[in-house]
Amino acid sequence: MEKKIRVLVAKPGLDGHDRGAKVVARALRDAGFEVIYTGLRQTPEQIAEAALQEDVNVVAMSILSGAHGHLFPKVVDLVRGNGMTDTLIIGGGVIPDGDIPALKEAGVAEVFTPGTPTSDVVNFIKENVKL
Amino acid sequence: MDIAKELLKGNRLALSKAITAIENEYPEATEIMKEIYPHTGHAYVLGITGPPGAGKSTLTDKITRAYRAQGKTVGIVAVDPTSPFTGGAILGDRIRMNELTLDAGVFIRSMGTRGSLGGLSHKTADAVKAMDAFGKDIIIVETVGVGQSEVDIVKAADTTMVVLIPGMGDDIQAIKAGILEIGDLYCINKSDLDGADKLVREINMMLDLDSFMTDWRPPITKVIASQNEGIEDLIGTVEKHRAYIEGNGELTRRRTKRTCDEMLDILNSGINNFVQGQIVDSGRLDEYVEKIRAHDTDPYTVVGGLMDEMLKK
Amino acid sequence: MSTEKIQAELAKYEASVEKAVARFPERPHLPEQRLYTPLDIKGDDYADEISFPGVYPFTRGVQPTMYRGRFWTMRMYAGFSTAEESNKRYRMLIENGATGLSCAFDLPTQIGYDSTDPISEGEVGKVGVAIDSLADMETLFDQIDLGKVSTSMTINAPASVLLAMYIAVAEKQGVPADQLRGTIQNDILKEYAARGTYIFPPRPSMRLITNIFEYCSKNVPKWNTISISGYHIREAGSTAAQEIAFTIADGIAYCEAAIKAGLKIDDFAGRLSFFWNAHNNVLEEVAKFRASRRIWAKVMKERFHAEKDKSMMLRFHTQTAGSMLTAQQPNNNIVRVALQTAAAVMGGTQSLHTNSRDEALALPTQESVTIALRTQQIVAYESGLADVIDPLAGSYYVEAMTDKIEAEAWDYIKKIDDMGGAVAAIEKGYIQKEIQDSAYKWQMDVESGARTIVGVNKFQMENEEPPKDLLKVDEAVGERQKAKVNAMKEKRDNEAVKAALADLKKACQDENENLMPHILAAVKTYATLGEICNVMREVFGEYEAHVSL
Repeated sequence: MEKKIRVLVAKPGLDGHDRGAKVVARALRDAGFEVIYTGLRQTPEQIAEAALQEDVNVVAMSILSGAHGHLFPKVVDLVRGNGMTDTLIIGGGVIPDGDIPALKEAGVAEVFTPGTPTSDVVNFIKENVKL
Repeated sequence: MDIAKELLKGNRLALSKAITAIENEYPEATEIMKEIYPHTGHAYVLGITGPPGAGKSTLTDKITRAYRAQGKTVGIVAVDPTSPFTGGAILGDRIRMNELTLDAGVFIRSMGTRGSLGGLSHKTADAVKAMDAFGKDIIIVETVGVGQSEVDIVKAADTTMVVLIPGMGDDIQAIKAGILEIGDLYCINKSDLDGADKLVREINMMLDLDSFMTDWRPPITKVIASQNEGIEDLIGTVEKHRAYIEGNGELTRRRTKRTCDEMLDILNSGINNFVQGQIVDSGRLDEYVEKIRAHDTDPYTVVGGLMDEMLKK
Repeated sequence: MSTEKIQAELAKYEASVEKAVARFPERPHLPEQRLYTPLDIKGDDYADEISFPGVYPFTRGVQPTMYRGRFWTMRMYAGFSTAEESNKRYRMLIENGATGLSCAFDLPTQIGYDSTDPISEGEVGKVGVAIDSLADMETLFDQIDLGKVSTSMTINAPASVLLAMYIAVAEKQGVPADQLRGTIQNDILKEYAARGTYIFPPRPSMRLITNIFEYCSKNVPKWNTISISGYHIREAGSTAAQEIAFTIADGIAYCEAAIKAGLKIDDFAGRLSFFWNAHNNVLEEVAKFRASRRIWAKVMKERFHAEKDKSMMLRFHTQTAGSMLTAQQPNNNIVRVALQTAAAVMGGTQSLHTNSRDEALALPTQESVTIALRTQQIVAYESGLADVIDPLAGSYYVEAMTDKIEAEAWDYIKKIDDMGGAVAAIEKGYIQKEIQDSAYKWQMDVESGARTIVGVNKFQMENEEPPKDLLKVDEAVGERQKAKVNAMKEKRDNEAVKAALADLKKACQDENENLMPHILAAVKTYATLGEICNVMREVFGEYEAHVSL
C-alpha cells in the first residue's frame, strides 16, 4: 500500500499574485506530497470539481486580493456538497487577523498569513489530514 | 459508499475513490476491479506521449474539446513524474485543461509515477478501466515519454500518438530510439516554429528505415495546439487508425495481448506478494539462509518445498 | 598608489585578517568579498561607463542637476472601493503635498470585466477602485484639474480603454489631450511573466500597445505610454539582476514591435518609462538602478540606433518592495520603507511610491499612508541624500556591484535574445521558471535562517497584539456598484453603444487599423469596460498561461 497525501493548490478569484501559492506548492512537493496545481483565476466551482476528480486530501487556497471572505466559504460549501466530508481545507494570503475567526467558523481549518514558514503548512497538513 | 456500485451508477466521487484505491493499492481495489470488469471494453484508449515541453496537455485539451463537440465523453489520465529524491510530485497538467473541469462529460485524473516502475503501468491500466466502466467513450492517457515506464503505460492504449516539436536538436536523437517505434501516429506540435518541415523529413527517414513496418505507415500531422490548428486533421488520423486496426483484427490482437500481459502481471504480483509476506517479512527467509549456509539443506530443495506450499494454497 | 602597490597592500591586509577571522569567524551568507578597493573598479573608464548626470550612458542620472532643482514626484498609489471614495483619498493626498496621482484599479477592472459579471463576485472595489464606464471615471477625477495633475494608472491589458476614458474626462473638463501628463502601465509582458492580469494573447496585446504608442505620439505627446515594469517581477521573487534583465528584455520586445509597426525609434522611445522595485539591500539597489540606466542607454544607442538623448534615458518610477513588508510587528515596516526610500533616492528615481506599514495585512489606513508620504518628505528635506547628485558614485563597492549586476543582466538578455526574444522566452516559461526558482530559494533561505527577517525568523514577539484599525472595504460596495452600472445602462443611448461596439469589432479584425480612436468613440457612448473588452475577446481570444513549477 502506498498512500500519498494529495493536495490541490488553487488560486480562487482574479488576483495574479501566485508567488506564495507556487512556493507552497514546491515546498509541499519537497515534503513528499502530490500537488495538483491549477493556476490562476479559478472559480469556486472549478476548485471543488477538481478536488473531487483528483480525490485530494487537502485543498489549499491562496488569495491576496481581499476576496477571501467571499470565496473561501464558497469553496468549503461546494467541496462538502460534493460529499467530500474529510477533505482538509486551508487558506493563506493577505488576511487580517480579524477575518480569521469567521473563516474558521465557515470550515477553513487553518489560515496562514504572510511570514508563515512553509514547514508550518507541511506540519499542519501532516497532523490534520485524514487519509 | 459501495464504490463499485456507485461508480457504475455514474457517481463521480465513486470513480475518483476507485482510482485512489487502485493507486494506493488498497485491499478493496481488487474487489472493485472484479465488480466493474464486466462493464469494461467499450472505451477507445488513446495514448499520447512525447518529451517534456511538447505541449501534450494543451493538445489533450484541444483533442478532448473536439471529441466533446462530436458528443463523445472523455476520460483523461495524466501522468507526471514523481521526484525520486522527495517522493513528491507537482501534477500540473490540469492547468491546460481548466476549461474542461466543469464539463460533466469529461473526467480528468492526475497521477504521479511514484517510483514504482512495473506497478505504474498496471495502475494506469486499471484507472483506465475504471473510467471505461464509468462510461467514458474515449480515454486519453497522457505521459512524458522518456523512459521505459512511460512506454509501458502507453502500451495500454489502442492507438498511440507521439508528439514532437521542432527545434529539439539533439534531444530527438535521445528519444528517437525509445518512442519512435511505438507511434501509430506522429503529431508535430508548434509547427509554426522553424524546423517543422525538417522534423517531418527526419521522422519520415526513420520510418523508411523501419524494418518492422506493416502496411500501416504512421501519418505525420502538423498542428498548433495552442491555436487549435490542425486538431480536426489529427483526430481524423486517430479515427483512421482505429478503423484500420478494427478492420484487420489488429485491435483484437492488441487487446488480447494486453489481457495476457495483464494477467501475467497480476499473477506475478500475487507471487511477489506471497514471497514478500510469507517468506521475507515472516523471517522464514533468514531461517532458510542460515540452514543453507550451514549446508543443512540447499536452495533448490527449499524453493521446491515452497513452490509446493504455494500451489496447495 | 600604483596598482601593484595596492595589490601588495591588499595581500598584506588579507594575511593580517586571517588570524582575526580564525578567532572571530565571519557571519555566514555574506558577499564573498569582504572589502572593495580601487582594484575592483580599475576596468571602468570614467567617460564611457560612469560619465556625468544627463550625459550618456546616464549611469549617474538622467537630469543634469537631479534633485537640486526639483525633488522626485511623490506619487502615492491609491484607490479602493468606489470612484467617490477614491476621489476623496486623492484630494486628501493632494492637500497633503502629493505631487502626482497613482490610480489603483480593482481586479475586475484590470482584467476587463464589469462589476456586474459573475466572475467579479467578491472582488469589486477590493484592491483598487472599480471603473465600469466613463461615468465612474468622471466621478474619480471630480474637482481634480487634469490639466495640472500628473496621473499614473496601473492598468495593463485594458490600458487603451482606461486611457480613452481619461482623455474623454479631460475633454469634458475642457483640457485638450496634448496637455495631459501621466503614465499608463501598459506592460503586458510582465503580466504574463509575473503579475497575472492578462486578457489577450501576446500578438493582439502587442498590437494594442503599439497602437497606443502611435496614437499618443500624435495626440497625447506628454503622456508616458508605457511603464515597463520590473517591480512585479521582483515582487514575484526575482533577484535584482533578473529584475532589470527581464524588464529590459521586455522593453526591447516593445521597441521591436513598434518598429515593425512602422514607428521610428526616436518618435516613441522618449515616452517609454520604467518601473523598479526598491528592495531591502540598500547598496545593491542603488547599483541596480545605476546599472539599469547604463544598459538601457547602450541598448537604445547600439541596438536601435536611437539618436536623441531623450530616447536613451531610462526614466523610472519606484515603489518600495511590498513583498518585504511583514505582517509581524508592522511598525518595523516604517523603517524598512525609509531605507528603501533612501536607496531609490540615491539611485536617482524620477518618482516614488512608498508603501504603508500595514499593507501585509490589508489596504492602508489614512494614517499609515500619511506616514509613508512623510517618509519621502523626511528623506527629501532632512536627510541630505538628495542634496548632491549620485552620491555613491566612486564607492569601490557600489561601482563594482553596478558592473556586476550589469554583466549578469547582459547574460540574461543574451540568453533571451537567443530564444527569440522576451515573448518567446515567456511562452517557453523560461522567465517564469527563473523567477520561481529565485523565489523558492529566498523562502528556503528564510526558513533555514540563512537570511534573517527581523520579527519573522528572528526577534519575534510572543503573543503579538494584532493591529487594530485596519482599513476594511465595505462588503456592500459590490452591490452598490452593480446598481450604479445598471442605472447608467438605462440612461445611455443604447443604440449608439451598439453601433460603436460594432465599429470597434470591425476595426479589431483589420490589423492595420489603430484601435485607439474606435475605443475612444466607444467609451464616449458610455459603453462599459466589459462590453469593450468582450468585443476584443471575441476577435483576439484569451491568453492561456504557461505554468511550470
